[in-house]
Amino acid sequence: MSLYPVNKPVTDVAIDTGIARLTTEQIERTVQRVLTKECSARLQVFLDTCVHCGLCAEACHSYLSRDKDPRYAPVAKVKDTLWELVERKGRVEPESIRRMAEIAFVECGVCRRCSMYCPFGIDIAYLIMTVRRICNLLGVVPQYLQDTTNSHAVTLNQMWVHEDEWIDTVQWQEDEAITEVTAARIPLEKEGADVMYSVIAPEPKILAQLINNMALIMRVAGIDWTMPATDGWDNSNMAMYSGDFEVMGRVEKLHWETAQRLKVKRVVMGECGHAFRGAVYDGPRWLAWRQAPVTMVHAIDFYYELIKSGRIKIKQKYEPPVTLQDPCNTVRGMGLGKKVRYVVGAMCENFADMQPNYEHNYCCNAGGGLINCGPPWKHSRMLSNRVKAEQLAATGAEICITPCHNCHSGIEDVIGFYDLGMHTKFISEILVECMEIPEAMKA
Amino acid sequence: MYEFVRGPLVWLAFAALIGGGVWRLVALIGPTRKDKVILPYLHPGYAVRSLTHWLVPYNTVNMRLRPLFTMVSFLFHICLLVSPLFLAAHTEVFAATFGFAWGSWPGAWADWMTVIVIAGGVFFALRRIADPTVRYVTRWTDFALLAVVIAPFVTGLLAHLQVGPYRLMLTLHIVTGCIWLAAIPWTRLVHMIFFPLTRAYMGSEFGFRNARDW
Amino acid sequence: MSRNGNWDWTPGRKPLADVAGLRQQYRELLEMLPSPDGERFAALVVGEDGRMTAVVNGESWPETYERLWYLRFSAQGKLAGLAMNDYAWTVAVDGRTWDETFEFVWDPRFTADGLGIAALIKQDNRYAVALNGQPWPQLYDMVRDYCVSGDGERAAATVQVEPRKEADVEGFFAGTWSLAEQGERWDEKFINIWEPIYDATGRHIAAQVRTDIADYTIAVDGKVWDRLFGCVWRPCFRPDGGAVIAPVRTDGNWTLAADGEVIWPGRYAQLWQQRFSADGQRLAAVVATDFGRWTVAVDDRPWRRTFGEMVTAPTFVGDGKHIAAAVKDHDRWSIAVDGEAWDNDFDMVWEPVTQPGGSHVAVKAERGGRYLLVIDGRQVGPDYEMLWPHCFAPDGQSVLLRTVQDGKYVREVVPLAQLLG
Ligand code: HEM
Ligand code: SF4
Ligand code: SF4
Repeated sequence: MSLYPVNKPVTDVAIDTGIARLTTEQIERTVQRVLTKECSARLQVFLDTCVHCGLCAEACHSYLSRDKDPRYAPVAKVKDTLWELVERKGRVEPESIRRMAEIAFVECGVCRRCSMYCPFGIDIAYLIMTVRRICNLLGVVPQYLQDTTNSHAVTLNQMWVHEDEWIDTVQWQEDEAITEVTAARIPLEKEGADVMYSVIAPEPKILAQLINNMALIMRVAGIDWTMPATDGWDNSNMAMYSGDFEVMGRVEKLHWETAQRLKVKRVVMGECGHAFRGAVYDGPRWLAWRQAPVTMVHAIDFYYELIKSGRIKIKQKYEPPVTLQDPCNTVRGMGLGKKVRYVVGAMCENFADMQPNYEHNYCCNAGGGLINCGPPWKHSRMLSNRVKAEQLAATGAEICITPCHNCHSGIEDVIGFYDLGMHTKFISEILVECMEIPEAMKA
Repeated sequence: MYEFVRGPLVWLAFAALIGGGVWRLVALIGPTRKDKVILPYLHPGYAVRSLTHWLVPYNTVNMRLRPLFTMVSFLFHICLLVSPLFLAAHTEVFAATFGFAWGSWPGAWADWMTVIVIAGGVFFALRRIADPTVRYVTRWTDFALLAVVIAPFVTGLLAHLQVGPYRLMLTLHIVTGCIWLAAIPWTRLVHMIFFPLTRAYMGSEFGFRNARDW
Repeated sequence: MSRNGNWDWTPGRKPLADVAGLRQQYRELLEMLPSPDGERFAALVVGEDGRMTAVVNGESWPETYERLWYLRFSAQGKLAGLAMNDYAWTVAVDGRTWDETFEFVWDPRFTADGLGIAALIKQDNRYAVALNGQPWPQLYDMVRDYCVSGDGERAAATVQVEPRKEADVEGFFAGTWSLAEQGERWDEKFINIWEPIYDATGRHIAAQVRTDIADYTIAVDGKVWDRLFGCVWRPCFRPDGGAVIAPVRTDGNWTLAADGEVIWPGRYAQLWQQRFSADGQRLAAVVATDFGRWTVAVDDRPWRRTFGEMVTAPTFVGDGKHIAAAVKDHDRWSIAVDGEAWDNDFDMVWEPVTQPGGSHVAVKAERGGRYLLVIDGRQVGPDYEMLWPHCFAPDGQSVLLRTVQDGKYVREVVPLAQLLG
């Protein structure tokens, strides 16, 4: 009997077939390549500096959620992967890679919370990403995550959305929007607009309403905006998380080239966290840009700007009690904690914060590629986020506002699994409900 | 034997510490350049901001989450770094060698500080055994390292208290002290040298993202 | 360059359309654009019934559509757009639609002579390229990047040749993509294939391909280069035919390769957008000489000056001696010629336009929401409500401006001497 919560047995065909194909020589060659050619100072210094003190443990939601199972401490995840690979210079058996892939892809969401707890600021997420990179090159990536990366490689978006489906969906959402607000157009391919709005593929695929919401917001706020009618409209990047940096780079290159082609001054992106990370940090860096080559404004920041400047006015505040999930990649990753609270405060009557919050909020355990590992890994993902359920329950909220796609789905899963009786909503869903639409604009 | 230990060995140890330390830093230059994404983001302001949070007790969330550990850790490190410097026996040797020195502290202080270092070491060792999380990532080298660190303090204290043969204790004290010094650049004790670098890097990365790293 | 020789190059202003009036006359004015010669001004409008049509120099197309969008003029002044009625899509050209309709049509492109139109089409959930309304005989599960030969006779596209099963990783890496020309596919299959291009003769096709999880190379007419690279970007053909040149990544750095052999000894943090001079003698590319430092390298020699954010594809200036590129530094745009940036900077700049046979560089720029023409770094003329990319007369001595001033669309030909004053 284990003292700690136990995962259900999982079969993941892509991992199984990947492992079956591996040879020890191939593992050794690949590990050497990544450790010596692709990695350098950071890997070396982080590994040498770590004093094995375990102070990072309490940072990790998976460790806390699993009754402090030592194997889930951040440093333990590094121990069970990189320490071994480095010490054995990559001479490990295929079966060891299976466990490492599981740790790297499913048990760590590369959320970086632990770097705020390690006294040295060791970047565990980077170390885990290095393991993912190795697994990617070895062809041992969870099936659904790999499929998402494959979609990026082919379609440059994450959900195999064909170009025609993209255009068709945007136009359909425009048709919807103009039935509510006159001239709430979604200008496609408008060269020289102020703003290019980019979204992630789940929006056209399953949450098209969100595009409609943005059409209404843009129209009411009077923004000169556009969306591309070509590939490059998707700013998401699961390749970043599967360790396929070449595909990651290709996706981000096209996204920024598209913004440049449309001659926009800035890109506003929808409510997604990992996409912000991919578009502003990881993607540009792989491509040798120090920062995003065109200013990228996250939806949170954009709504803040619209409400603060009075371009969007709140007609009637939203009544039901709400709480807020701080997405790792925009709050720890961009310091938008205060702005998102300003927006929520402006829209909502009853807001109860989670504890801890801001940079210290727990990850949703869905970002970082975790939710994209798909159904086989869901149970484990749920076990690893009991603390989130406890945090949510303590707020007494009915709605958890999640300005991030991964948080949105991930927290909805947590709510269902722990039977919390609440729901998640994007900011835009509440904003369109409570913003003032001038009479003259009403359709 | 004692003469050798007192003379050349100490010089060697310091040479190993300083030479080794410098070498570790110099050897980082190439890899840091190769790892393209470090230097362009280093930011002195963010680095200092991060360092000040992490060098002041209870100035970070994690330190406040673990009040006892934080106290032990700070006392341990402060005493470990400071007591050898202000010990009369050390300053006298220094004065005899270089013709000048700084003031020393009363012997009783030094004794207590030494005890704190030893106690801290024991605390860390026990923690490694008792706490399943730390135990999981503990290897024999972690205990060995603790032993290396507290050995000069133990032997120094014993010599000072005249327990056991004094000459032997003193020799052991110097030998373990030398191992301690020489070990810094070549073991995980290198954290002393890398600490400002890793913090500066992470502080800058968080600062670049408008976020706090404490 | 003789294409615009028969345009009206007599200096003077012609107000041709009343933009403000169009806005009042129709419920919405969605897009507007002038023809390349500036003589016609098209507006995409929505009538009171919510139906869309195009208005050219004040005259509306005979038909209206549930949806009309993506209006584009060909070099010869044909106006085409994508049109839909009753869920059937087609292409409308100068007010007349193709006879053929499809489930969807998108990404229409005029052929180089400006007479034909190619587009991607979807029919019964299968995809193909259509040339002048005629789809390929063979349709595919997916068709993505396409290109049209210079003579406008043929089109090639990346096509999915094996059915994609839900989350089938194994199958995907066995290769499900290929290239088809006029519907007929290459035998080879690839994991990925992107952005095919034709050479000048239209006889050869090159594309980026991926042959393993992290192995990339270039395929030319279905044959892959002998060497694999860590990554590749869009290739180009030498203008005089023969070699295919592509940016390639080796050991984490970028350089240029021709037919699989590295040709530039220099190594860059990034390299893309390589361009040949008209005579094919010189080769320039956008490079990052160091992380976050962008510039142009000409024959492997980078400009000394680098820029922090972005450098766009190099343009060889008309006289063939200089190279210009748009550059972005500290969030401001400017133009650099031979590595020297103009003193002025702007909110946005468009691609540099160069004087035929001469050395002047003229760009459309934006500052404070107004548009201006900038020649050699100096604003010439007033600023405009709207300014479309200008062009030089074949002799390089006057400039055609297409502008909106005081609510009117105005076509203007201005002698260069007057502009430079
Ligand atoms: C200014 C320099 C130094 C800094 C900033 C520093 C910082 C740290 C930090 C942050 C830790 C993590 C755990 C804890 O807080 O206890 C640590 C642990 C430790 N340090 Fe230092 N340190 C320094 C110098 C030294 C030196 C010179 C030694 C001995 C030669 C040393 C020996 C140790 C030991 C043995 C541990 C491990 C504790 C354990 O086993 O959990 N440190 N140090
Ligand atoms: S999930 Fe987050 S806190 Fe846990 S180990 Fe990974 S990066 Fe650290
Ligand atoms: S807190 Fe930092 S030094 Fe301590 S074990 Fe974790 S990663 Fe290593």
